[in-house]
Parts: sequence; structure tokens; C-alpha cells
Amino acid sequence: MNECEVLRNWRDEPIAGIVREGGTSKNYKTGSWRTYRPIRSEEKCIHCLRCWIYCPDAAVKVKNGKVVAIDYDYCKGCGICAKECPPKASAIEMKLESEFA
Amino acid sequence: MAEKVALTGNEAAALAMKQIDPDVVAAYPITPQTELMHDFAQFVANGEVQTEFVATESEHSAMSACVGAAASGARAMTATCGQGLALMWEIVYIAASYRLPIVMADVNRALSGPLNIHCDHSDSMGARDSGWIQLFSEDSQEVYDNLIQAVRIAEHKDVLLPVMVCFDGFIISHTMQILETLPKEKVQQFVGEYTPAYNLLDVKNPITVGSLDLPAYYFEHKRKQEEAMKNAFAVIQQVGKDYGKLSGRSYDFAQKYRVEDAEIVLVALGSVCGTAKAAIDNARKRGISCGLLKLRVFRPFPAEEIVKALQRAKSVAVLDRSISFGLGGPLFHEVCSASYQSGLRTPIVSAIYGLGGRDTTVTDIEAYIERLAQQVRSNRFEREPFYIALRE
Repeated sequence: MNECEVLRNWRDEPIAGIVREGGTSKNYKTGSWRTYRPIRSEEKCIHCLRCWIYCPDAAVKVKNGKVVAIDYDYCKGCGICAKECPPKASAIEMKLESEFA
Repeated sequence: MAEKVALTGNEAAALAMKQIDPDVVAAYPITPQTELMHDFAQFVANGEVQTEFVATESEHSAMSACVGAAASGARAMTATCGQGLALMWEIVYIAASYRLPIVMADVNRALSGPLNIHCDHSDSMGARDSGWIQLFSEDSQEVYDNLIQAVRIAEHKDVLLPVMVCFDGFIISHTMQILETLPKEKVQQFVGEYTPAYNLLDVKNPITVGSLDLPAYYFEHKRKQEEAMKNAFAVIQQVGKDYGKLSGRSYDFAQKYRVEDAEIVLVALGSVCGTAKAAIDNARKRGISCGLLKLRVFRPFPAEEIVKALQRAKSVAVLDRSISFGLGGPLFHEVCSASYQSGLRTPIVSAIYGLGGRDTTVTDIEAYIERLAQQVRSNRFEREPFYIALRE
């Protein structure tokens, strides 16, 4: 939820808490849940796309068949990408989020 | 235009459902509701209704299917009882929270354990905080009438809440009684075309139902749900009047039986009201001034009307067919609370009867009325509940 949003009162709310438009989960930035941050090394990455396949939050961004970024707005820091990254590459390292504060 | 037929409560409910002809019925059989769905499934097999019948693997799934159907714009109905309602629990709350006007017959049955298939109100009393409107029926006629009215109440734009039509297992569900029925087209006209408040299948207006609702909004949605319950008061009354015009049988929150001049007033729900009326007639012949307030609507709780009806009584006795363990009779406590709030200080006593289908006879109620008369005479009222027909 956007912190600047003015919260509606109960009378103005739609019944049953239904959400009246599509694609609203985009507004909910789950990146704030993260304890560990995946750091991808551009040098080591072999662009096998295993991280892209396994990421449960579609937070691995791919362009023209190559990994270009990890979207920290939605990455929850589960570490699956780092686990699935082939050992010969080991391109993703999980680092404590507090290191970036 | 009215036709007189002899039907069991279950058959009367199945007939009402046939005439309502809902889009979807999802159900699982459980005694004493089985016969109801058996009859209705036969109507489906015979092509007498257009309903899509979903035979589910449990009551949890039956209510889930109703929720899915109703959220997709269908008029959905089901029926259950006792353990079935207990298994359905999680989704019973969800149906109300999503404001889906599902109508369900609940054939009142005791809850295990030990295992018992007979009548008491433990099942529907447990669901009293679930957000469903609850109507209780005294006989087959009221089962039929309440189910038809339930559709209109549930689907009213100011309400949009599910309705549970309760009737006593075996005592009503399996007893044949004469009732007046309406022609199908009159029922169809009365319930009207269903216009859903929202529709998951409307691809032009995509919505999400059942999203995560965190502290920022959940509270607001619950407040809105409570407002719908408050709105239901006026709608229930209006639908009761309209139904009266159609059938000659008007309905309100409660029915008063010889209450006007009564010193002792009993308050009760369901089939015991018929027994109580006979007992009251007998007691009056012996000079005891008594009457009955038969409550039809338990949720929303019509506190104001109840208190108004009890104004002139010297003593009130509330009959409960269930126990809220550690508290006592739930109806008793709600009547007490309504009285306290309005400043009524008439002594109110509690009686608990008929758990697990224990027979409650006219003689039992007469003896209880005698017990109440003694309390009025001595002006000493018992503080503990009296257990009718229990071996002490």
C-alpha cells in the first residue's frame, strides 16, 4: 500500500472487500518483507535463466534472453535463485538486507 | 390458487427449492437433511428444475461450491444439519463476509459427541456469529414460507447476506403436516430475477474476491457487514408483508400467542412453540395467565420488538434447545441483555430442554408453566436454569 494513500471509510468501501480493478497486486510492493537480498554478479552469470524459471515472484527481469536485473520492489529474498544458480557459475549471493540500510 | 398438501418438513423445503428453481445447488447428504436433497435431486433428474446440481464430497466443499457459484452471479442454495454445518464452518463465515446471498436450509441436529442425529439447536446456535441471517420455523408451512422469503431477503441490495432457514430435525423434517403451497409461477414472480451485486465472470469488469485484507481495511469491511445486518430488519419486515399479500400469511420477527394479557410469557424458537401453545391453552383453563412469544428471526436479533412484547409480563421464561457451555441458554442471555439495555426489569428465568432430541411434551411445558406460576406467586425467581424432562 502506498503510504500517501488516504484510507477510505467503511461507507465508501466496496462490499466484501472486493477489488474493483485488475492488476492491483502490482501496487503492493512485497520487497519490504526481505531479510536477505540476492546480489547477482554480471561477470559470473551465464544466463541459463534458472533463476528466472524458479523465482516465485517473477522478480528476475530478462531482456532478449539475458538476465538484466532483480526487481527489489517484489523480491521477498527467499533465496531460491541463489540455490538454483548452477555451482559452476554461483553468480548469486544472498546478503543481509541490513548491510544495505 | 393455494393448494393444500400434506408434506414432511423436508418435502416442503424441497418443494420450495423446486419452485425457486435456483441456478446452482451444491450439497452433501446428512441425516436428517438427506431426504430433502434426495427429493430435490429427483427434481433435477426429472428435469423439473433448471438447477445445476453439484454432489460434493463434503459439506465444506458444498458451501465452497455455493460461494464460487454465488460469486459468479448464480443464485445458489444448499441444505445441511448438525455435523454437516460444523464441517462447513470455515466457509459459512466466508459466504457472509463475501456478502453472497446463499440460502441454506439447516435441519437442526445435535452436535457430537457422543453421536446423536436428533434435534437440538446447537448447530445453528454455533453459527450465530457467522454473519448469516437466521430464521426459525415452527412447522412445515413455515419451512416452505421462510425459504421463499429467504431468497428475497438475502438478495435485497441493502442486505446481500446469506440466510439460514432452520427447522427441527425429525420433529419437523420427518413429520407430515398439511400446508398451503403456491403455484410455481407465483413463487418465481415473488423471488424475481436475480441480479448479483458483483460477478467474477464479468470479464469486462475484472474484480478480485477474497484478497488478503490486512489491518488497514478488514475492520471497515466488518463494520459494513454489520450495517447490512441492521438493514435486514426493515427488509425482513417488508418481505414478510409482501409475502402476506401473496399467500395470506404475513410474517414478522416474532409471533405473539395470547401475550397481550399474559402474566407469564414464554419465549422460544422452533417446533416447541406448537407444544407450548397447547400447554398455554391448558394452563389458561386452570386459571394461569400465560402466553408465548415465538421468535422467528434470531439473526439479526430483534431486541426492540422482543422487549416491546414483554412489557406487560410479570415474568418471562426463555426456552433454549442448546447450551452455551459455561454461560447457559444463548437465547435466554440475549433476551436478558435486550431487556437490560431497554431498562425492562421483569424477572427472566431460563429453561433448557430437548437436547439430543429429548422429547418435550405438552405435559412437560404445562408442569413448567405451573413452576413459573409458583415463582410469580412467591415473587422468588430461580437463578439457575431449569432442565425440562431431565432426570435429576
